[in-house]
Parts: sequence; C-alpha cells; structure tokens
Amino acid sequence: MGMNSNITIVGGGLNGCALALACAQVGFQVILLDQSRAQTQKSENFDGRAYALALTTVRMLRALDLWDSVAQHAQPILDIKVSDGRAGDGASPYYLHFDHRELDEGPMGHMLEDRYLRIALMDQMETHKNISYFPETKVVDQIQNAGAIQVVLDDGRQIKTQLLVGCDGRQSGVATRAGIKRSGWDYDQASLVCAIEHALPHNGIAHQFFTPSGPLAILPLTGNRSSIVWTEQKTRAVEISQMDSSEYLDCLRPVFGNFLGDIKLAGDRFMYPLGLSLAQQFVMPHVALVGDAAHGIHPLAGQGLNLGLRDVGALAETLANAKRRGEDIGALNVLQRYQSWRRFDATGMAVATDSINRIFSNDNGLLRTIRDLGLGAVNAMPNTRRGFMRHAAGLSGNLPKLMQGRQI
Amino acid sequence: MAVNTTIDPDEVAKFEAMAAEWWDTEGKFKPLHMLNPTRLDYIVDQICAEFDRDPTQPKPFDGLRLLDIGCGGGLLSEPMARLGATVVGADAAAGNIPVAQIHAEQSGLKIDYRNCTAESLAADGEKFDIVLNMEVVEHVADPLAYLTACQQLLKSNGLMICSTINRNPKSFLMTIIGAEYIMRWLPKGTHEYDKFITPDELVSLITNAGLQNVDRKGFVFNPLTWGWSISDRDLSVNYVTASVKAG
Repeated sequence: MGMNSNITIVGGGLNGCALALACAQVGFQVILLDQSRAQTQKSENFDGRAYALALTTVRMLRALDLWDSVAQHAQPILDIKVSDGRAGDGASPYYLHFDHRELDEGPMGHMLEDRYLRIALMDQMETHKNISYFPETKVVDQIQNAGAIQVVLDDGRQIKTQLLVGCDGRQSGVATRAGIKRSGWDYDQASLVCAIEHALPHNGIAHQFFTPSGPLAILPLTGNRSSIVWTEQKTRAVEISQMDSSEYLDCLRPVFGNFLGDIKLAGDRFMYPLGLSLAQQFVMPHVALVGDAAHGIHPLAGQGLNLGLRDVGALAETLANAKRRGEDIGALNVLQRYQSWRRFDATGMAVATDSINRIFSNDNGLLRTIRDLGLGAVNAMPNTRRGFMRHAAGLSGNLPKLMQGRQI
Repeated sequence: MAVNTTIDPDEVAKFEAMAAEWWDTEGKFKPLHMLNPTRLDYIVDQICAEFDRDPTQPKPFDGLRLLDIGCGGGLLSEPMARLGATVVGADAAAGNIPVAQIHAEQSGLKIDYRNCTAESLAADGEKFDIVLNMEVVEHVADPLAYLTACQQLLKSNGLMICSTINRNPKSFLMTIIGAEYIMRWLPKGTHEYDKFITPDELVSLITNAGLQNVDRKGFVFNPLTWGWSISDRDLSVNYVTASVKAG
C-alpha cells in the first residue's frame, strides 16, 4: 500500500512529537513513525525522568499550545548554585550563584517530569488532523528518488515523502541509511538519573556540584522532590546501578550532603553512558536530522532537550518559509538553511560541555584551585554571570520564532 | 506516470541528466538558485497583495493563470505551480522544454511548458493574470515591442513582474567582470552591457507599453553573508519592478 506525506518523521520522542506538531500547525501533512507502543508513550506512572526546560523552551511550548496543560506540574527554577565540591569536603566557598532576579525574564527555567510533557504532546498530536501517528512501526528501508524519498515499513507499507526527518537518536537509522557518517567519542563516565524525595524544601534552587568523578545536578521538582543527574566513572556507575535501593542511597548520601534532610527514592533509576556523537551533516537531499540524531552531547548542562527543541523550531520555520515561497521542502539548498542555522550552536554546545566536563572531572590540586578562583571571579562579575545565565536560559543567539513564543 | 510529451525515449536519459544539472543547487546554475528565494519572496508578496491571497493557505494561488517567460529548467514555474497557480512556462530555447517537463513530472507537478515566445503567445490571444518576466528584457532585441506583447498577454487588472540589470559602472563590474570573468558563474557573453536598462528607462518603457508601474525594489548581493536580499533603495545592479494593467 502506498501513502503520501509532505514530511515523515522517524522517532516519537519529545523532539519527534514537537516537530510533528510545529509542522502540522503550519499546514504540512505529517506522518510520525514510532517503534514504541502508544500505551507506553502515554503511561502516567512517574519513571523518574525529568527535564530542565530553558526559558525559550517554555516559550516554545506556549506557542505550540502545550504549556497550559503542563504548567501546573512545572517547578520554576529560581536560583542556580554551581560549586566545586569534593566528597566529604562540602562545597568550596567560591561558588557561582545565579539568581533569577538578575534576569528580566522571570524564572531561569522550569523542571518538568517526562510523563506530563509526553502525555501533553501525544494528546495534541493525536487530535491534529494533519498528523498520522503510526506506533509500533519500524522503517526497514529508505530509497532516494528524484523529487522524493520512498520509506519502506516493516509491514510492507510504503510512504512517498518530500522530507524524511530522523528524530531517532544517536544511533539514527535515518542517518545510517542515508550514508551520513558520525564522529565523536565515549567518555569513561555514565550518568545515574533518578528522582528523590527529601525532608526539607528545596526553595526552587537547582544545584550543580562538580565532583572529581563527575558533575552532580540536583534539580527541583514539585513538592519536596528533586531530580538527580549523578555522573560517575563508568565502572563505578555500573556497580552503583546494580545495587538495591538502600545501597544506592548509601552511595548517594555522602555525595549529596544533608542540606535537604533525609532522602529516599521517588521513581525508577536509569543509567546513561556518556558520549559525544555528531553527525557530519545534518541534512542530505530530502533528509534532515534533529536532536541527538544530529548531535548527542554530554548532558552536563541539561541542554540536550533544549538544543533538540531549538532544532525543531529552526527546521519548522525553515520549512514554513520554503513552503510560503513554493520551494521544494526536500531540496538541499532549503535544508542547508536549517543546517547552517543550527550547526554552529549545536557543535559549540557540544565542545563547551565537553571541555567544562574535562576541566572539572579532575582531582588535580592545581586545576581545583584555578577553577575555584575562576568560579569566584565569574561570580564577582555580574555582567559575565548574566551572560552565562542568558546562554543557559537559551536567550542568546539567533532564536527560532517558536522559541520567542511567536507563531511561525 | 508516463511522460506526457513527444520526447524520443532515447533522449530521456540525456534530458534527465540536464534536468539534474538545472536543479543541482551546487552546480552550474548555483547563482540562480542563490537568487531564487529572494526573487520568490518578492513575487509571492506582490501576487498576494495584488490578488488578495493569504500565503499561509495550502494553495494560495488557486485559480490564477501565470506565464513564466524564459522558464529555463522551471526554477520559478515549479514553485508557482506548487502554490496552486495554473502555469505556462515559455522558453525560446527548444532544448529547455523537455528538461523542464521531466523535472516537473519528478516533482509531481503539472506545468504546461511550451517552446514559444511572448510575441507568439500574444498573437495567439493567450491571456494571463500574472506574467513573470524575470531576467529576460536585457536579452531581447526590441524591449518596447517585447513589453507591449507582455501587456497584451495580461488580463485587465493583471500583474507583470519584471526584473533586469541596471546600466552603470558598478553593474558592469559586478555582472560582467565579476559574475562572468572572475567567478565564472555565468558563461562569458551572457550579458551585453549596452542592453542593460536603468530603472527609469524601464519604467518609461513599461508605461509606453500600456502598463502602470506600482513598485520597484533592488536585489542586493551581500558578499559577507554570500546571500541576496531585497532593498528599497539600492537598485544599482539587479532590480525588479511590479506593474499592473489598468482595468
């Protein structure tokens, strides 16, 4: 059976769903292919995953009509404290303190649990007349023809599409089948991710400690709960992830400290090996890559989803402009506008988080002194500090319209 | 889909290769592909304003009959057809017609490509809502006769968009020395300096042809961003005009 669409998206994660919505809202016919079951995607159980949404990401969710349904579950991040801590020492006195009152735009971001964002996206998407959603569907082949691309599904169905978008992660099948090479490396580190409940309130403060084994982020969720991203040497992380809950907490407590009182687990635990993976091109004729399929970065600054959604905003806007002119949305020169818009930002962020991690994940006494002084110096300079905050909040650079909260 | 033309099957492969060449955005026609989005922005804006169309709608140019003179490989005809216009693409060079036809078919678009001139279409009594007259007038022998034919091709209240090259030392340097001799973007001899027309000359030719000029803008190449943009004031090299036929 043959089907047609303007845009076919592979991968039903947050980026894929957001792109489907953004493109459907400007009038494209979109097919979204996802390997998972629809029920899995719509599960209401908290699995422990949460995202730090930059200010611009929140604006984008607003522009996509999604924010109202998730706002009640979002925890504003009012302050961010960054410090260089060594287990047992507590935090160094020279720490960075970002207070949202220094920014005109309000909170620096929000923490939102995966389940709420996912369900809101799925609900919007399923009811949109321009989107056809195919769960439990795999792509087995993609054939490049003049003027279009033919996508072959595992059940034998075929889709003829002007543009095939890979939102299918670091091991992107869309990129592999298109012959796009990747470069990057693995870090000898893995992130342990979980949610915890704690006895004392967090007051909306996010903490990032740079410990010798890797950074630890403590990010406030609603109520007396926080999301933890705890990075360790890979072998140690594997060891910890195999422990039972009480042993796991015994390992976490000394790193975490006791400033939030007693802690216990509040959801599942995850482990993600860290690595940098950049696609050498983000586009080919009739093919585009978005999010981790284009650039998987170290999750240090919590920028993965924010970067992915910037891709979504930039690609949707590029395609909408091309459509307005009557251009072929799969033409290489159209897709190159998206690539040149996004490549610098994505690659820059990858290099930045990579080098920050290399400087901080090191117990060398000299480096420790330098970075203590460096953080203290940055803290003493309001303009520099504000610059960092604006960048982390996503306020710098050439922003897609959706990220300015505007319709395309 | 069968090729709905009289192309010799042996020639199809050759024409397919030529179509691929016309549409290779990094190839021989790269300068045209670079200018194209800017030309399209202007054309779409003018058509939407003149015929009260909403460019965010799926087929905003539905019901409009459009002639693309000097259509080449169809770089303007295809976007216009995609936006819903009923398009006739005319080219005096017979070789371009099957090339454009094959590409339109690959793009899934219906376009009526013809090997003919504006004058012959006018003599046949053809009428259009829109005539696109882009980078043609600097190549014709008698601009007034040619623009008069364009005027005859328009329905009343119809719109003609005409772009060409100004005549001054800067345009000579940019288009002949720069584009033809230094960048080799265009074959040597593509342009003759004497046939370049200043905006004032073009507007008086358009007026003499019986049309009313309503807009003029510059297409400006920025060597720093390596891209084109529309300018209200800088018409010193490439420029475009919009004119209407009073109803």
